Amino acid sequence: MSRYSAFSLLRGALTGHRHWQPAWRDPEPKSHYDIIIIGGGGHGLATAYYLAKVHGLKNIAVLEKGWIGGGNTGRNTTIVRSNYRLEPLHNLFEFGLKLWHGLSDELNYNVMFSPRGAMFLGHSDADMVKLAERGDAMRCDGIDADLLTRDQVAKLEPLLDMSRDARFPIQGGLIQRRGGTARHDAVAWGYARGADSLGVDIIQKCEVTGFVRDGDFVVGVETTRGRIGAGRVGICVAGHSGHVAGLAGLKLPVESQTLQAMVTEGVKPMINSVIMSQSLHCYISQSDKGGVVFGGDPDNWPSYAQRGHPMVMEGAVAQGLALVPALSRLRMVRTWSGVTDMSFDGAPIIGETPVRNLFLNGGWCYGGFKATPASGWTYAHTLATGKPHALNAPFSLDRFERGATIDETGSGPMPNSR
Amino acid sequence: MMLIPCPHCGPRAQSEFIYERTVDSVVPLDAPSQEAMTKLFTRNNPRGVDDEIWRHTYGCRAWMILTRHRVTNEISGCRAIGPEALP
Repeated sequence: MSRYSAFSLLRGALTGHRHWQPAWRDPEPKSHYDIIIIGGGGHGLATAYYLAKVHGLKNIAVLEKGWIGGGNTGRNTTIVRSNYRLEPLHNLFEFGLKLWHGLSDELNYNVMFSPRGAMFLGHSDADMVKLAERGDAMRCDGIDADLLTRDQVAKLEPLLDMSRDARFPIQGGLIQRRGGTARHDAVAWGYARGADSLGVDIIQKCEVTGFVRDGDFVVGVETTRGRIGAGRVGICVAGHSGHVAGLAGLKLPVESQTLQAMVTEGVKPMINSVIMSQSLHCYISQSDKGGVVFGGDPDNWPSYAQRGHPMVMEGAVAQGLALVPALSRLRMVRTWSGVTDMSFDGAPIIGETPVRNLFLNGGWCYGGFKATPASGWTYAHTLATGKPHALNAPFSLDRFERGATIDETGSGPMPNSR
Repeated sequence: MMLIPCPHCGPRAQSEFIYERTVDSVVPLDAPSQEAMTKLFTRNNPRGVDDEIWRHTYGCRAWMILTRHRVTNEISGCRAIGPEALP
């Protein structure tokens, strides 16, 4: 694999850019791998990358039923942050955020990580108390969080409706300045290129249709491209977790729902940070290309359709327009949606399953993108050693029956109440 | 938006309805703890047809069971539950 640099670009320019090579190979599946990862999204590819890089494993395959970057990795709103109140959550996401800050160098691939600040808005006294509590919890673990006054919020985002008769009055905010956005496709492509260069086989158009069992053990997978043997198998398929785990006879604490996002035409910079409101559930940021990206609630009923309902989109748009009235002048150019696996406490599941040698990484709800490096790192550790990393130990599959749920919003055991 | 055939009101816009949970996840009052745990915390979550409990919250407020395909959103049945459904 040739290294990308300003020099290689310059040299390519002199030779008509005929030097470009495919960023990863297109290998035929082998008959056996030590570790098979099902799902070639950001999390699966990051897992493969860290398995090869950190744990020195060689014989690894990533099986993807579609193409790299075609699932949720290319369907999120690209927000990166670690501002959670509960310790297990902010520790996991903070570990990821630290990796984000060096990711472009690590992968030799520009993931366009832009730490422009991720800000929650507070709309009431109760909101401000909640934000202060969250910020305090974060700072206790050394994570940056600053409570902002109303004036500070107005200065950072002049286009917010700060008037007295605003539909959602703004009292202040909580900002994590090291948070921001990244280019989601580049994250998948960068990890794919990195993993491939370390010898990982990335096999696209290869859907897993069943598991090969030997008693309590999984010893391989049946795919649309034939049977492939495996030492360990890791499920990493986001919204389709329930379906794939079902092939192994498992019933998971997840329900799949659709989450929509949308983007406007490109305009000059108008949104400086990532504006989020958890009281409303709306998040707005501006891509480097100029489009204003926003999203809202999931469609709160089970769905595997990768398309959403206008009714929910209208809700998100109404919130966005109330917060930033200037958005009303923009045309929406694209909307899309992804299938999210909503877990029963809103937190992910990374760890062992009751089936031996079968592991699960899922239940990320609508917040998986920011965790990509941390998810890959901890899952790689789990797959390589058979034991969870300290960071993902609290996120075991059996935490529900043990009563050890990690419920950030405190909304109880319903996926549709997140 | 889906058009839901409410057994009491006829076809109505989905925005009048709220999804509750699947039929198989209703916990019987006398369920042993293992069964209650499974029903409370796990779902079949099929990439296909399932029976779901919906409520016509902004209409007749009755509960109903909707049989729906989760990829195509095709509704193949909707029947009333609760006292209204008794003969």
